[in-house]
Amino acid sequence: MSIRTIEIAVGLFVAAGLAALFMLAMKVSNLANYTGDDGYEISARFDNIGGLKVRSPVAASGVRVGQVVAIAYDSDGYEARVTMSIDPQYDKFPTDTAASVLTSGLLGEQFIGLQPGAEEEFLKAGGEIELTQSALVLEQIIGQFLYSMAEE
Amino acid sequence: MILLDKLQSLGHKSLSSVQRLGRGHVFLLKVLPAMEGMLFRPSLLIRQMYSVGVQTLLIIVVAGLFVGMVIALQAYNALVDFGAEDSVSVMVVLSLLRELGPVVTALLFAGRAGSALTAEIGLMKATEQLSGMEMMAVNPIERVIAPRFLAGFISMPLLAAIFSAVGVYGSYLVAVELLGLDAGAFWSQAVAKVDLYHDLGNGMIKSAVFGFVVVWIAVFEGYDCVPTSEGLGRATTRTVVHSSLAVLGLDFVLTALMFNE
Repeated sequence: MSIRTIEIAVGLFVAAGLAALFMLAMKVSNLANYTGDDGYEISARFDNIGGLKVRSPVAASGVRVGQVVAIAYDSDGYEARVTMSIDPQYDKFPTDTAASVLTSGLLGEQFIGLQPGAEEEFLKAGGEIELTQSALVLEQIIGQFLYSMAEE
Repeated sequence: MILLDKLQSLGHKSLSSVQRLGRGHVFLLKVLPAMEGMLFRPSLLIRQMYSVGVQTLLIIVVAGLFVGMVIALQAYNALVDFGAEDSVSVMVVLSLLRELGPVVTALLFAGRAGSALTAEIGLMKATEQLSGMEMMAVNPIERVIAPRFLAGFISMPLLAAIFSAVGVYGSYLVAVELLGLDAGAFWSQAVAKVDLYHDLGNGMIKSAVFGFVVVWIAVFEGYDCVPTSEGLGRATTRTVVHSSLAVLGLDFVLTALMFNE
């Protein structure tokens, strides 16, 4: 077999490998809607975050606007402190925006839902959301339900 | 007396395996600096890429297609009870990118390319071609070993990517064309759940590590074999067994490091 055929075959092989990598990146991974690290970070404190994780989505009206980048426990306020990175194109959340930990579907993964308020000023990088609502913990709800049943 | 004999043979075996391990690392330290010779002779590398990479392509494509189709069928059967059959693509893509792509490719690569490398180098040693090169002041490590090593190391991640991509299309064929799932939901579910760096990136790192280990074991077994027909046969078997075990063991370690949140 001549050198030329071998080189063409190897060239095709490398091109096919790179094309496969490209296809995987574009078609089945989140490269297309990858937000990167250039978003601005805001934080919020919750009494209970339930099953929220780092990289959980942050959504407003159901549209993904960012993701959770850090979760820490604040032992001074006995609260969970969640830092989220918001896409720079969504920079108009009023300062009285409310954040709540929601569940997609009945038993799906948890995410942060943002509900814009009415203030004229907007949240900036490093800003903090004051109005928060904790995750609904199924055990607590069942517990309350049983308790109210017992009272009746 | 028999006890002493047993003890001696145990000691001998452990010493010789430690010795082999040491020879393997010394060998690696000799091969790595010889890589720079590749810069001046790219044709050596291309020829090896052909025999290591291109000739392994067929088995990789066929295996990837069938693995993807089988997981799609199994995932559909398991998920349809929960009404979650749209998540078939998530299950297929994640298992291909994270585990099956790198691992199955490495196992096939060890069987197809690794054993051929060992046999080729071992036969060169048995027919004294390697010593012949040394006599002519040609460094066999630079001329024979390094191109094969580098070709295997480059080919493995490419083969794993091709395996995963073909597998994804195989599962698309089964899920969308055969079982009638929605094509849009198939792709969008995968996009929503698969992360570029965490899943695809880590899978590629895995396949590069596996490629390095498999090709290292393969060329070392060939270079270190007993230069007889029996020794050559044993070395080829050892290549396949050791590199398969190394891949499976390393896979656990890498998975524990990468995906343990």
